[in-house]
Amino acid sequence: MHLHEYQAKALFREVGIPVPDGQVIDEPRQLLPLIDELGLPLVIKAQVLAGGRGKGGGVRLVRTASEAQAAATEILGMELVTAQTGDQGKTVRKVMVEQGIDITRELYLSLLIDRDRAEIVIIGSQDGGMAIEEVAARSPERIIRVQVNPLIGLQGYHLRQLAFGLELSPQLSRELASLLQKLYPFFMTYDCSQLEINPLVVTSTGQLLAVDAKVEIDSNSLYRHPELAALAEPDDQDPLEAEARAIGLNYIRLDGTIGTIVNGAGLAMATMDLIKQAGAEPANFLDVGGGASAEMIEKGFRLLLSDQRVRAIFINIFGGILRCDALARGVVQAARSTGLTLPVIVRMEGTNVDEGRRILAESGLTLTIVSTLTDAVRELTNLKDLQ
Amino acid sequence: MAIFADHHTRLLVQGITGREGSFHTRQCRDYGSNVVAGVTPGKGGQDLDGIPIFNTVATARTATGANASMILVPPSFAADAIMEAIDAGIELIICITEGVPVLDMLRIKHYLALKPSRLIGPNCPGIISPGACKIGIMPGAIHTPGGPMGVVSRSGTLTYEVVHQLSLVGLGQSSCIGIGGDPIIGITFIDCLQAFEADPETRGVVLVGEIGGNAEEEAALWIKAHMSKPVIGFIAGLTAPPGRRMGHAGAIVSHGMGTAAAKLIALREAEVEVCEHLGELGEVCARVMAQTAM
Repeated sequence: MHLHEYQAKALFREVGIPVPDGQVIDEPRQLLPLIDELGLPLVIKAQVLAGGRGKGGGVRLVRTASEAQAAATEILGMELVTAQTGDQGKTVRKVMVEQGIDITRELYLSLLIDRDRAEIVIIGSQDGGMAIEEVAARSPERIIRVQVNPLIGLQGYHLRQLAFGLELSPQLSRELASLLQKLYPFFMTYDCSQLEINPLVVTSTGQLLAVDAKVEIDSNSLYRHPELAALAEPDDQDPLEAEARAIGLNYIRLDGTIGTIVNGAGLAMATMDLIKQAGAEPANFLDVGGGASAEMIEKGFRLLLSDQRVRAIFINIFGGILRCDALARGVVQAARSTGLTLPVIVRMEGTNVDEGRRILAESGLTLTIVSTLTDAVRELTNLKDLQ
Repeated sequence: MAIFADHHTRLLVQGITGREGSFHTRQCRDYGSNVVAGVTPGKGGQDLDGIPIFNTVATARTATGANASMILVPPSFAADAIMEAIDAGIELIICITEGVPVLDMLRIKHYLALKPSRLIGPNCPGIISPGACKIGIMPGAIHTPGGPMGVVSRSGTLTYEVVHQLSLVGLGQSSCIGIGGDPIIGITFIDCLQAFEADPETRGVVLVGEIGGNAEEEAALWIKAHMSKPVIGFIAGLTAPPGRRMGHAGAIVSHGMGTAAAKLIALREAEVEVCEHLGELGEVCARVMAQTAM
């Protein structure tokens, strides 16, 4: 779960991590009192869950009240398109209004999880303000990585490795140490999976300030952070994805026309690949659960039928402990109760498969029943003309 | 022969009285696994079909000599259950539960390094040595005992698909292991490859990977340096969009890392026979194994 910048900064402020003074608003008329309170210049920043907001025109520095008003009016409600939003962009519903900062220097700081070493890694760079991937490509020697073993936690030598690596002055080194002594516990306490401050600025008075904040929380941990779970905003989710989550389906919307219903995440990914290999495009990833029940299949059916772009459905189910005959009855019932008119290819394999295929064949429904994945690909190849 | 689980395995089930726990305990027992104990705090002294239930893993181990544990508890209790099993000296721990927080697994991973226990999972189907022992939620009937194939995978139903195809082309399995779909897991591809390389019953290995992380690339390096037996590889997620978690917590392409394409290249460089079309995996394995036998 990704937090908005304003949410992350509110949490930062609570634990004493310095951020610029500011506030989030969702209507331009809320701006005037803020100008009085914060003064000028101000920075107005679109609050959408995507990187590259600045380049997309979602961040403005304003020097007068009328500029501020114009910027807020323009950004609120705009469809912000950035490198990470896709072509449709994301609707901006909130902007963050912050005091402009007198910046002398921009650094980069992030914490993330090293999957291979099972450690926290702190990444620092002197080249703040640009994407870390860019720095990595251009001057990798300017990126400092410090590994922290979670059993010993953050120690003084980690801080020294970072500060000397970044060639910081003694005063800035102390500032950075004090910041990290708050940031590392923050990362652990809130079950972060990624935390990035870019830029981390040095102000004209020599203070460090988190001018941006990207925080991702491990969704698996939300049961112990109800206060974070409550921060999720319905507008940030694709409506079909939100609906799927509410009924316990694992669904991701894609751009194609062939809807898929699969049991198990790995098989669902492999099924998307099969569709692509047949020359068609999957409309979604949908995992109805490794031990899929007939009920879950019906739910999946209904979900796909509510997606107007779906022109055909490919069901790929491996019947294990829940046998194919039970799953076949689920498919038949789902097709009947939804009044299905789209072409459907069913590939079913596993325990009691003969009985399952017989039930499908005798259902009177116009299903295309295939027995192997190779046959499924052939049928999908025929279907791609539907697009 | 098989790896990690066999006729000597004395299985304990943590969460034995839950809906999933009791169902899969019976499935494992009916397959022939020797289920010796269950643990549910507060239900010590009761039994499930004659399998004695204990309050703690330590007491269960002392009383029954259990040497393996299958964990089927809700996600919020899973990390605690794994650590309890490690502390009780259980040699093989299989955590089926999906949804364990990553930071908990981070600590567990380092704790495991200090202890003799071996952890499979979490978020995995488990391990089966066909004809001998099943610890997990996989359907036993699709498997064929006697080798020659070892199977190791990050997935669940995709593994069943692969095993089923192997059985159809007449290739039995020595052991099949689902190592789990999370970013941080217990045993890795390499641990399994190492064990398969040393297992006389295994003559070839199927490695089923997916997008996210670096595990397949690391496995490829190990294969190149150490593996004498043929490896057939499959990677799911060639078409997965970047930045999205594809069902499994660990299945994500982020910052251009962890793509299926990069994994296929790494496997090919290690002379792994890569199969890109899932429907053909069984036939590819049959062809590779026939060549090896010659």
